[in-house]
Amino acid sequence: MGGLQKKKYERGSATNYITRNKARKKLQLSLADFRRLCILKGIYPHEPKHKKKVNKGSTAPRTFYLLKDIRFLLHEPIVRKFREYKVFVRKLRKAYGKAEWTAVERLRDNKPGYKLDHIIKERYPTFIDALRDIDDALSMCFLFSTFARTGKCHVQTITLCRRLTVEWMNYVVTSRSLRKVFISIKGIYYQAEVLGQLITWLVPYQFAHDHPTDVDYRVMATFTEMYTTLFGFINFRLYQTLNLVYPPKLDSKAESELKAEHEEDYAMDSESYLEKLSALSASLARVVATAEEEEENQLDQFPADGEDLENMEAREKEQKEQEAQNRLFEGLKFFLNREVPRESLAFILRCFGAEVSWDKSLCIGGTYNVTDETITHQIVDRPDIDKQYINRYYIQPQWVFDSVNAKMRLPVEDYFLGVTLPPHLSPFVEEKDGDYVPPEKLKLMALQRGEKHVQEEEEDDDDDDDDEEYNDEVDDEDLTEEKNLKKMEDQRSQGKTLAVKVTPGKVKPWETGSVGNKVRLEKEEKAEEKRLAIMMMKKKEKYLYDKIMFGKKRTTREANKLAAKRKAHEDTSKAEKKQKKAKKQ
Amino acid sequence: MRTVNLESQKNGTMSKAKEKSAKKRVVEEDDDQLPIFDKDVTEKKAGEEDDADLSDSEESVFSGLEDSESDSHDEEEDAEEGDDEEDDDDAVILDEILTKSSGVETATEPPATDKNTPTQPDVKTAPKRKMKKGEGVAMDDGGEKGLITTRHGDEYEHDTSDEEDIRNTVGNIPMEWYQDYPHIGYNLDGKKIFKPIRNKDELDEFLDKMENPDYWRTVHDKTTASDIRLSDEQVDLVHRLQKGQFGDVNFNEYEPSVDFFTNEVMIHPVTNRPQDKRSFIPSLIEKEKVSKLVHAIKMGWIKPRKPKETTPQYYDLWAKEDPNAILGRHKMHVPAPKMRLPGHEESYNPPPEYLLTEEERMAWEQQDAEDRKLPFLPQKHSCLRAVPAFSRFIHERFERCLDLYLCPRQRKMRVNVNPEDLIPKLPKPKDLQPFPTTMSLVYIGHSSLVRSISASPTGQWLVSGSDDCTVRFWEVNTGRCMKTLEVGGAVKSVAWNPNPAVCLVAVCFESTVLLLNPGLGDRLVVSSTDQLITSYEPPEEDKEQAVTWALSEGPEHDNGHRLTLTHPKAVKQVVWHGKGDYLASVMPDNSSNLQVLIHQVSKRRTQNPFRKNKGLVQCVSFHPLRPYFFVATQRYVRVYNLIKQELTKKLMTNCKWISSMAIHPGGDNLICGSYDCRLAWFDLDLSTKPYKMLRHHKKALRGVAYHKHYPLFASGADDGSVIICHGMVYNDLLQNPLIVPVKVLKGHQITHDLGVLDVTFHPTQPWVFSSGADATIRLFT
Repeated sequence: MGGLQKKKYERGSATNYITRNKARKKLQLSLADFRRLCILKGIYPHEPKHKKKVNKGSTAPRTFYLLKDIRFLLHEPIVRKFREYKVFVRKLRKAYGKAEWTAVERLRDNKPGYKLDHIIKERYPTFIDALRDIDDALSMCFLFSTFARTGKCHVQTITLCRRLTVEWMNYVVTSRSLRKVFISIKGIYYQAEVLGQLITWLVPYQFAHDHPTDVDYRVMATFTEMYTTLFGFINFRLYQTLNLVYPPKLDSKAESELKAEHEEDYAMDSESYLEKLSALSASLARVVATAEEEEENQLDQFPADGEDLENMEAREKEQKEQEAQNRLFEGLKFFLNREVPRESLAFILRCFGAEVSWDKSLCIGGTYNVTDETITHQIVDRPDIDKQYINRYYIQPQWVFDSVNAKMRLPVEDYFLGVTLPPHLSPFVEEKDGDYVPPEKLKLMALQRGEKHVQEEEEDDDDDDDDEEYNDEVDDEDLTEEKNLKKMEDQRSQGKTLAVKVTPGKVKPWETGSVGNKVRLEKEEKAEEKRLAIMMMKKKEKYLYDKIMFGKKRTTREANKLAAKRKAHEDTSKAEKKQKKAKKQ
Repeated sequence: MRTVNLESQKNGTMSKAKEKSAKKRVVEEDDDQLPIFDKDVTEKKAGEEDDADLSDSEESVFSGLEDSESDSHDEEEDAEEGDDEEDDDDAVILDEILTKSSGVETATEPPATDKNTPTQPDVKTAPKRKMKKGEGVAMDDGGEKGLITTRHGDEYEHDTSDEEDIRNTVGNIPMEWYQDYPHIGYNLDGKKIFKPIRNKDELDEFLDKMENPDYWRTVHDKTTASDIRLSDEQVDLVHRLQKGQFGDVNFNEYEPSVDFFTNEVMIHPVTNRPQDKRSFIPSLIEKEKVSKLVHAIKMGWIKPRKPKETTPQYYDLWAKEDPNAILGRHKMHVPAPKMRLPGHEESYNPPPEYLLTEEERMAWEQQDAEDRKLPFLPQKHSCLRAVPAFSRFIHERFERCLDLYLCPRQRKMRVNVNPEDLIPKLPKPKDLQPFPTTMSLVYIGHSSLVRSISASPTGQWLVSGSDDCTVRFWEVNTGRCMKTLEVGGAVKSVAWNPNPAVCLVAVCFESTVLLLNPGLGDRLVVSSTDQLITSYEPPEEDKEQAVTWALSEGPEHDNGHRLTLTHPKAVKQVVWHGKGDYLASVMPDNSSNLQVLIHQVSKRRTQNPFRKNKGLVQCVSFHPLRPYFFVATQRYVRVYNLIKQELTKKLMTNCKWISSMAIHPGGDNLICGSYDCRLAWFDLDLSTKPYKMLRHHKKALRGVAYHKHYPLFASGADDGSVIICHGMVYNDLLQNPLIVPVKVLKGHQITHDLGVLDVTFHPTQPWVFSSGADATIRLFT
């Protein structure tokens, strides 16, 4: 045979991976520095395909990095900066110990710093790459901007985060790219479409944070450091695409208006400017004043090569819809009461072309007063309000969110003051076949299709109607409801036939006819055929098939459960209503 | 007037000088303690040296206290400098010193003073000497200090080596050394100083002590060997020193402190020293340094420090973006998945069905955080104003951060297949007809489980053997039991002779194989069979055989018994060869090679084909066309060539325990049923491994069978079902057999965990018989 004996683990996947400790030793970094480097450079462990091979036969749980990644880190200039910083800290400590204050000051002045520009460029070679990855950056910056300016992290970071988020919001307002919003119990989700990328972020409610003790803020700070750099560059580029001045400036007209009013309220000019920007009430200055023209500009449509006419038409239609959504609130004048979350509502409303104002004492930048006669909607989040103007709607904030998600102005009646609000649905859920669709969503879809939902309106009148009518109504509703349910269940059971055993069928009344019988027989035959075919599946495929079917079964089970719950709820609520009515009489 | 002035002044200076000396001493003491001020001290000393006769202004700068006075004193002295009364001054001073110290000295050494006084040039040394003397006896502060003031700058004044008594020049040595000499030392002139003539002895001493009233104040001076009587002042001094008081009576240690640097602004400067010239002209050294810096700045060696930029600068980072500039590592890059988007249940006002019920909430709370399906509790708030902060917000963001940098990533291919696509596309069973589809007849009669069935080659009759020790013959079409035969034990196996010209049934129970002639069907055939058996002629030489062949007679013959083969061990299975002359019986036994016997009915001969035991034999079978013999042991099927008497093939079934076996009528395919729910189809031309493994039964397979003419095979299992499969074998060798399950037949009840025990096909029709543990036989057509 000849040749050297091949040793184990000297080639193949064992040499492509490196454990974390070894990587750390290779880079000669402390764990903290290594962590920071990994965060900044976006290096993460990989799960090897054959863990035991990589782990040299051992099954101990280890995290593995790609050796290539670690080699790639070796030449990172920032590693040197880390070392410099370490030396700096040592020197500073020494100087402190010796009470050499001049030395301390000198060292402080020469504190080594580093920039992450090159890392950003390296991690995201193209702008779209960067944009794709901005979700986390946005959420993090929005979180940090709500931190109190004490402890936990540097004040500069907080102000920077605030500045960047304000810039982002201004960009979204100007580009009108907001698509969906959702009030969750965690915070408010926003989804925008920027340059074809769907970007979702979460903004916490404006409360002071109860800082947890089991969270390592250094990790978060490192991430934020990276994110702010990335975010700043993205903002710059985005502003450039819209011909906006960066750092953002208010329109000269708007600026002068604002200046006249509120100049004396704020101590620092820079601070007040940021406040004005964050008020989101004024448009931004542009490099070239071509705002109107741009909007008029219509792009010609050319069918792409592989596209047929239908496809193109669909696209066109979609685009039109999109445009309509962008003008959703155009021409409306809103006034925000002080108890509603001003920033989010102002942001959303401005994104869809509405005019917004608020009380002068609430925030800078309000453009008109409550007394303005031209206000069409006032957003109020309290059960009742003393002084009401007759020519405007008083609505709850959920109307805005629901309207945005429905891409249409929903009837305001459901959202009046003191009215029990309809459920707020998540716009991010896309129901597939067999999934549970809440009835509200069905209603909404009907509304979107342009069907006038008669029942709903009648329901509103319900309370005033007499009992009999009400009962009829209820029955009607019941019937339709049941039909719906049945239909859904039928659909589901069709999908489920595989799992169900074929039992000798009972003769059902509607199947007595020969036609029905035939159909049934055919069905059974098919089911049997399938069952027999399943017998012939290979072991591997059978396993997979069983798994898929198990998952399907679970979803249908869950959907059924939800439907049953809903039905039970409705029954109880109806019973309660009836009782109430009975009591009244 | 003037002299008086002078005198008083001198007195003043004297007293001042005293104080000053005290100060100086203090200062010198300070010297030791505070080395920091070294420089100043040396300066001071230098100053003292420089202008010895000059005032102590320099000193006073540091000692500070009596400056104003000393200043005036300086001026006056300066003024007097020019006068020729200098000598007088000195003289006066001397006088004073003398008068002062005389009190002390007169008693001890009057001649010395006398000697010194007249000589003017000696003035300086004399008082010094005198002073030393005083010191040696008892320090007269006043005198000494006076000297110091006048003889300013003589730092050797205090040198300890000078303090020794210079009347005796032997130095500081133990005086005992001179004990034996008449002298005690030498005077300045080198003459011997003799001891006093008579030394005092003890008695003298005592007398002296008793008589001399001044004894207590008398001290003995060893150097001069003389007694000295201390004066009153000296005694007083000693007392004071003993008490730890100052030696000088006049010294007031509690003088009121004079705040020198007061807050009050004085009209005069503290020192009147004129400013140096260097304080008015620019420094050359500084100029040089500055010009160096200026030059360095001009040359660009030094850069002025820029104010640090705190706000980051942003620019168009992707101005020159190159989509191809993707690093190598990005090939392996696995982008982090985005956060999951929220569903309806996360809404602040979800539809009611998404809220958890009380039980669900309890269950949620009891679950571990990892097991929870939802990481939060859905909640409903009546209005937006009522929504509280989410307490785990920072946690969730942090966990996301951890996931981003700590979680190992792996690209997983999500199987995005339609489950329908996984199901193999098979021909429709409808197109594969005929095959049995419905149960049409049930043969009832047995009282215990029916182990084995077999159909006659004509397809008119069916024989079944049961555990109730009977063999029953049935008419297939009517389900009638034609005949019931009692045998001596539970029937394990029955087999109808496949030769249509012979009407013979082999039945095995316990260790017996019985050949029966049921007498059914064609009489001609029946009689010819009987004839065949009776026509046997025993051979000339009778060989020893493993079994005994016995011809039945009498009532047994009437019952149909024809031949009885008594085996040495329990027989499990009997199988006919296709021609109907040979018969194989299986006696499973793990310990011997006598497990399979092949009998030839026409010659009543038996032979054991195997010399070796290859494992527990489960069943055997003859090849339908060729002289091959199949033996199934627990896990393997061995194929023997009977003519060549060798093993041709060993089939690996991959089963744990084979239960049954059937050979395709073509002879090239074989199926094996096993107790571990598998059915293996072997293509003997293809491989020794199964061509297809079917796992369609839920429980152990008990019987398998091929149809003689139709491409069908059946398998019966303990789950009570018989599965009919279409198993098409093509003549074309390149085409693999097509196997399609076509029907699941149910009907047998499961009793004692046993379902179907045997299946067999009708020889001509696509019908299948199955016998079960429920004591029935069923016919599916």
